[in-house]
Amino acid sequence: MADEHGIEAEGLVRTFKGDIVAVDGIDLRVEPGEIYGFLGPNGAGKSTTVHMLTTLLPPTSGTARVAGYDIVKQGPQVRQAIGAALQEAALDNLLTGREHLRLQCALHGISRAERKVRSQELLERVGLTRAADRKVGGYSGGMKRRLDLALALAHRPTILFLDEPTTGLDPQSRSALWTEVARLAREDGVTVFLTTQYLEEADVLADRVGIIDHGHIVAEGTPDELKAQIGRPTLEAIPGDGATPESIARILEQFGEPTGGSVKGVAVRLEHGVEDLAGIVRALDAEGIKLQNLELHAPSLDDVFLAKTGRSLEGAAEEEEAEVT
Amino acid sequence: MSALAQVGQVARRSILRTARQPANIIFPFVFPTALLAVTSAGLHSATRIPGFPSDSFLAFFLAFPFIQGALFATMNAGTDLARDIQTGFLNRLSLTSMRGSALLGGQLAGIVALGVIQAVFYVLVGVIVGVRFASGPAGVLVLLVFAALISLAFGALGSFLALRTGSGESVQGLFPVLFVFLFISSMNTPRDLIAVDWFRVLASLNPVSYLIECVRSLIITGWDPEALVLGFGIATLIAIASLFLAARALGRRLERT
Repeated sequence: MADEHGIEAEGLVRTFKGDIVAVDGIDLRVEPGEIYGFLGPNGAGKSTTVHMLTTLLPPTSGTARVAGYDIVKQGPQVRQAIGAALQEAALDNLLTGREHLRLQCALHGISRAERKVRSQELLERVGLTRAADRKVGGYSGGMKRRLDLALALAHRPTILFLDEPTTGLDPQSRSALWTEVARLAREDGVTVFLTTQYLEEADVLADRVGIIDHGHIVAEGTPDELKAQIGRPTLEAIPGDGATPESIARILEQFGEPTGGSVKGVAVRLEHGVEDLAGIVRALDAEGIKLQNLELHAPSLDDVFLAKTGRSLEGAAEEEEAEVT
Repeated sequence: MSALAQVGQVARRSILRTARQPANIIFPFVFPTALLAVTSAGLHSATRIPGFPSDSFLAFFLAFPFIQGALFATMNAGTDLARDIQTGFLNRLSLTSMRGSALLGGQLAGIVALGVIQAVFYVLVGVIVGVRFASGPAGVLVLLVFAALISLAFGALGSFLALRTGSGESVQGLFPVLFVFLFISSMNTPRDLIAVDWFRVLASLNPVSYLIECVRSLIITGWDPEALVLGFGIATLIAIASLFLAARALGRRLERT
């Protein structure tokens, strides 16, 4: 199933009415067989990028090639090469899982005989054999997402776009979907472009991660590379009896710069790493400051996001909403 | 896959959807039939008006459910398509090799099939209650063709509204408007017997009057070339205009490259 082409985009821009710039000059390259995690808060431009790359939305400017085809000039060829599971499983509650697959296969031009075999094969792969002849309206969120994935794979695409595939899923369903996506890339050589707002998802699944904010890619690399850019761990101290965040901050700031990432206490990125820890404990003790908790955090993708944008990824969506309202 | 085969697939889905929604089956069949029964019983004495074209008000009024059924087709086509837009199912279909024309064609083929089934049902109701179709079996066939045509015309209108607005509520909002057209028509009384001047003028300007009179002519008059030409002509014009608008709205809705 592997293809010698992946995804390439140069200066991709999309604006909407009212001069809203959803995607502002994105350059990216996804190698064949790679899982590329596109990480960003709600409203960052992830879905608009996916809509452009899947030919559903023409770009305002810029170019992109998917599976070797130009997304503007060769839309039908792109669609034949890709599979996509877009945000919210778009299913017809009145049709059964099997009927969905048969329809999808038929509209992709798969012969009647092959449709039956392929549908059964995909139902087995995503574990929906027993529910195949039930109406989708009665499926759980996880089952709908699995069917969505099966539909995206109906015509054996070489590139798969998954737009926030695990949003709203319980941990078990999320884990099952991760396993299947990883298997697709490793065993079948499918290139996966995965958008997500979950740090863990990008960390666990993606070979490389692009972090998008306000329509720009602000960082790109493997999860380890990105974390290495941050380098130093963060120390978070939660005040105990009688202690105040201010008194703790006064001590901790001697050992590193504040990150603003702690809700209940004070967090600093340590200047010399773990070796600062003993000195901090001694300094706090000397001042008689009691702590409820002291935690050392290895750099995470959220730290990368914070370092690049000045905001935490987990709080960024709420900030976006607050800005709008 | 040929465009025709794609139309068949989408039409199959449209019919399955309708068949699995009891409300979509019950209302188009039961409501017009109930209204037919009630109105025929209540207005039977209208047949004594000099010049009334039939001695059976039921035969006279049987044209009504055909047109009302087509209005239900508008609602079904529109709300189904709007739902596909709202849920993203249209995007799913857009990502296949499906042609835009197949989506519209398939959706409408399903609506036309339902329209014809409804028409067969109303014909059977007429036969059961003793209505004798003046144009004979050939006239009944023409009636079914006409039912298909008006289902297509109103179905395309519903599809246009859905594609233009992307909202099922907007489509449903049109229903009362279409109902006003139905009631300000020659539905209850032949136009030349309407005593109130303004009503007669409005009924004469209302294209729905000619659709009703076309159906009615086949039931109670026999072969009336003028009624047939006017009915088929107006239905064709509505169909062409609605299909044109729906196709254009589909082109805008499907921005895919």
